[in-house]
Amino acid sequence: MDIVVCVKQIPDPADPGELDPETNTLKRDMKLIMDESDSYGVEMALQLRDAAGEGEVTLVSMAPNEEVNGLRSALAMGADKAILVSDEALAGTDALGTARVLAAAIGRAQADLILAATESSDGYTGTVPEQVAELLSLPSVTFAKEIQADGGEVLVKRQTEAGYDEVRCPLPAVVSVTAGVVEPRYPSFKGIMAAKSKPMDQVGIADLGVSPDQVGWAGGGQEITDVSPAPEREAGEIITDEGDAHERIVALLEELRIV
Amino acid sequence: MGTIWVYAEASGGQVASISLELLARARELADTVEAVVGGEGEPVAAELGAHGATTVHATGDLGNGLPGPAVASAIAAAIEGGTAPDAVLFGTTYDGRDVAGRLSVKLGVPVITNIVELDQTDGSLVGTEPVFGGTVNVSTRFNGTGVCLFLVRPKSFTAEESGGGPAAVSALPVPDLGATGAARVVDRFAEESTGPKLDEAGVVVSGGRGLGEAEKYSMIEDLAKLLGGAAGASRAIVDAGWVPYSHQVGQTGKVVKPDVYVACGISGATQHMVGMKGSKNIIAINKDAEAPIFGIADLGVVGDVHKVVPKLIEALQARS
Repeated sequence: MDIVVCVKQIPDPADPGELDPETNTLKRDMKLIMDESDSYGVEMALQLRDAAGEGEVTLVSMAPNEEVNGLRSALAMGADKAILVSDEALAGTDALGTARVLAAAIGRAQADLILAATESSDGYTGTVPEQVAELLSLPSVTFAKEIQADGGEVLVKRQTEAGYDEVRCPLPAVVSVTAGVVEPRYPSFKGIMAAKSKPMDQVGIADLGVSPDQVGWAGGGQEITDVSPAPEREAGEIITDEGDAHERIVALLEELRIV
Repeated sequence: MGTIWVYAEASGGQVASISLELLARARELADTVEAVVGGEGEPVAAELGAHGATTVHATGDLGNGLPGPAVASAIAAAIEGGTAPDAVLFGTTYDGRDVAGRLSVKLGVPVITNIVELDQTDGSLVGTEPVFGGTVNVSTRFNGTGVCLFLVRPKSFTAEESGGGPAAVSALPVPDLGATGAARVVDRFAEESTGPKLDEAGVVVSGGRGLGEAEKYSMIEDLAKLLGGAAGASRAIVDAGWVPYSHQVGQTGKVVKPDVYVACGISGATQHMVGMKGSKNIIAINKDAEAPIFGIADLGVVGDVHKVVPKLIEALQARS
């Protein structure tokens, strides 16, 4: 089973984010790491590949610079190879432009299944997997918490408001994976060493037949009109528990007529 | 503004609260507000009409198909056929994102996402999205041509009846979907839940990594039950597999605005705060006095959740 996993490389969420004052978009010129949300898709792909006993896991990512750090992490987990679309023209690309680039790159990989996270941890648009599916004219199942391969189909447990739906979907298909559904493996030392020599195919948007006016600032079709600090919520009373803090909480709950 | 369409979601003949919230705001912005439903229109026409939709464009029964490709194709076909609204509003929900994403590609327009405010400036709609844990607001508008698509976070607006009569039902035919419509729901499972829903509860009690281990989450559920509320969780413990995703409060997950939010062992990662900082009252219990959650708490208790919460439960039990 050949699987593509879309992987985003993002600034470390532990560091405070910053907007570029010129463009009002998120600064991404520091060292980037693999978005933790994507580690679940990578793990699921590895499990499906190993269960099938054949096939390859290919990572697809895009970046305005030539960042590969996050991809190396996923290769170290056990993915077989990576395609990085790297192009200066990609700076400032929005979700639809991102989907166009990823779809074009995925088109080169001949995948049975395309996995992605439900949303990235820096942009949060949550629309890219479905946009990729539409661009590739493929069926899709979003918010998967479990995927079973079954011949030329997948059986997916899809999160719903009430619980979950069991969805049957023929391949090829796009499936987005919710976080926390599998335990992403830690790369072994052997894996980390092996990752350094795994194939990393770097391409530009021209190689993919994507026009520069479909990506970057120009391709967005939207503009930021204002950036301003949000009104702050004031901190209230802080107490240190001396064994009786619960009484203060009960008193507040009484005051608010909750109890 | 001329016409706004609202993608209305319903289950069991009842319209989702997010959809009613969108109708309320759309009414303030547009001359005409109409609803789009992936399913039969008749069962929801009265409720949608009472909230201001004059027409409900309904696809009819989608069978076991997923709404994403079907509703997006139907809307795109209607727009190509000449009945284009100025904007379409979607809730940030499982299906709302699917429809908006598919439609965005079909129309070749972007989606402005994670909106919590929607205003009209110089004749165009401007959506405002909180970033960096809600400390900065970014406003965005469309500068291209075509229909504007917005994905709006739940609880951004207040649902309100308009007193309108039932909406007229109009057919919104679904074109042939080809491969894109091939996914089929073969079974539906409802997770057992007692008490109020997380995003509708008056009290929400949430647990985070400070609980130390999965088994300790039961005290969060006990406390929530005693307060007639719902149990929530930080992303950290959902990712760790302690509790299901459906409990997650935050940017990823549910936005909650209860009367009282009790954060137990939650440090206050920005991704969590976005989902709960709209709560009327916030009580936080955390052993780290420097935890960011104390910056927005009305009552902050610097202490061990394993000591404070059991005592709180005991005190509340003694009262009932």
